[in-house]
Amino acid sequence: MPGQFPYTRGPYASMYRSRLWTMRQFAGFGTAEDTNGRFKELLRSGSDGLSTAFDMPTLLGRDSDDPLAKGEVGRAGVAIDTMADMATLFSGIDLAAVSTSMTINSPAAPIMAMYVGVADGMGVERSALSGTIQNDILKEYQAQKEFVFPPRPSVRLVTDVMRFATSELPRWHPVSISGYHIREAGSTAAQELAFTLANGFAYVEAACAAGLAVDQFAPRLSFFFNAHMDFFEEIAKYRAARRIWARWMRDHYGATDGRSLQLRFHSQTAGVSLTAQQPEVNLVRVAIEAMAAVLGGTQSLHTDSFDEALALPTEHAARLALRTQQVIAEETGVVHVADPLGGSWFLEELTDEMERQAEVIFAHLAEAGSGSMLEGTISGIEDGWFVSEIADAAYHFQSKVAQGEWIQVGVNGYVEGDDVAPSTLSVDPAVESQQLTTLAAVKQRRDDDAVRRCLTRITAEAADSSINLMPALIEAATHLVTVGESMRALESVFGLWYEGNVV
Amino acid sequence: MATTDGGGVLRVLVAKVGLDGHDRGLRIVARILRDAGCEVIYAGLRQSTETITAMAMQEDVDIVGVSMHNGAHLTLAPAVVGALRLAGLDTPVLVGGIVPPADIPVLLAAGVAAVLGPGSSNDEVVATVRAAASRPRADRAGMRQAAD
Repeated sequence: MPGQFPYTRGPYASMYRSRLWTMRQFAGFGTAEDTNGRFKELLRSGSDGLSTAFDMPTLLGRDSDDPLAKGEVGRAGVAIDTMADMATLFSGIDLAAVSTSMTINSPAAPIMAMYVGVADGMGVERSALSGTIQNDILKEYQAQKEFVFPPRPSVRLVTDVMRFATSELPRWHPVSISGYHIREAGSTAAQELAFTLANGFAYVEAACAAGLAVDQFAPRLSFFFNAHMDFFEEIAKYRAARRIWARWMRDHYGATDGRSLQLRFHSQTAGVSLTAQQPEVNLVRVAIEAMAAVLGGTQSLHTDSFDEALALPTEHAARLALRTQQVIAEETGVVHVADPLGGSWFLEELTDEMERQAEVIFAHLAEAGSGSMLEGTISGIEDGWFVSEIADAAYHFQSKVAQGEWIQVGVNGYVEGDDVAPSTLSVDPAVESQQLTTLAAVKQRRDDDAVRRCLTRITAEAADSSINLMPALIEAATHLVTVGESMRALESVFGLWYEGNVV
Repeated sequence: MATTDGGGVLRVLVAKVGLDGHDRGLRIVARILRDAGCEVIYAGLRQSTETITAMAMQEDVDIVGVSMHNGAHLTLAPAVVGALRLAGLDTPVLVGGIVPPADIPVLLAAGVAAVLGPGSSNDEVVATVRAAASRPRADRAGMRQAAD
């Protein structure tokens, strides 16, 4: 039954009858001021959650004035260099009333520190802050590739944020364990399921090793899955994920709180399924993928815009994407029943099959880690196993497209017809120079001695893994130390990670 | 086998330029070209104009392929072309990834030899690389002047 162990049919008994999924659309571009304007507009139009996309330099822990940032400032998200930018980003927004999601991983700890610093400055109680920080570093080495430090010190940063949130931010989700990027990089559905849950087990083991009790933090863990085109396979994947998580948390990690056993997830339609050819057809794909996520019991959903294989989405395209969710919620009636496809022979068999395939992968990782999923996962990162498994699956799929075994409408089949290019969004190139001016002004007005003291403290505390780095990072944020400066201080102790170039 | 006019095996350097980590396309293109008989030098993630130029020179490649999905192509792709030309290399540069249609002529005018978008077939990838590599030297010199 839905709401009962092992939660295959859903974490809650009533599901969407009592609470609809959250329609959480990801946004961010240009300067903090630009995105603040977009946030306020979203809140005015009835949105109760914000989701922040950071630009590439911020995601890699590089300041806007770093030579490596050239050309990328404010392009694919908002540029955040210091807590002053973070204050501008959330200016005029009540952080006790809205929930905020921040999609960032390598610099998650310094960014979280800035968010807490801004809330402190606004007089908002830390215990009132609600939201999510992605903070899932393991899938960065496996798929998204936004890593900075080697895996072990990076996992320590993840657990520092978890420890901090457990004691100070009871309404915060300190990790969002994400399969989305694994699937986008080319994995199969079963690999997405297994790698993601294995990463989840790894964080559970790491947090327990850092001194937390499983039922202290597990209720705040959340997941993020892809919603791809193979309709029943996707629904089976979500059902299998809930069942596996519940069983493993109870049987392997000794969780007893029901909330520790319930897997809750955000989902996003598959960017990689969108085509640059006949882009309007993507509206149809997104609708089908979104329906799979809803029938699979998602807690929140982002629908992609139809123009994303061409550029960042326009406002028109983003609105149609949101409307797609609203049509499913309001017009189709699927919200009245929890797990409406449960009991179908085909779906139940597929769910079992997904679980079987995942267990084979867990067995491989457990063996590689001598029984530890954390060690097995790190070993699979260090020897390139995840990357090559995903690359093999991606190439296998591409070969099927090349040989016409897989038809993608508009790409290798049904190619005739209108192929009108829609108008696309362009980011004003002046954003980079504006952000450089802002950063220079902040560096001018801050207390340089305090900055040096903060960086010395970060370096010293980074060297002692028993210390939680969050207090030092919060102090640094309030003294306007940049993301890049904090990250370079950590780098001086942790070193950098490079991927082996195996194709 | 894919060969240059001179008859040798085509040598292709493929790289992600800038900070973007979306490497699915680059890895697939590397395998497609390898299967088509090219020698592929996989430079991988986070390459700069300097590292790409140095590798293009050391490895004596016939083609440089750069992949971008982060909206920075208008800055980074011409910078790669410019750096190669400044080093005296006339190596053609191909761009793959998410490029809005309106930006394609801008990239071509900046000296990029061709742009391969999402959904390009394996045959198109190989044909585009061969066509760019087999362009006569004089033509490439003209490209170089245009880039200067």
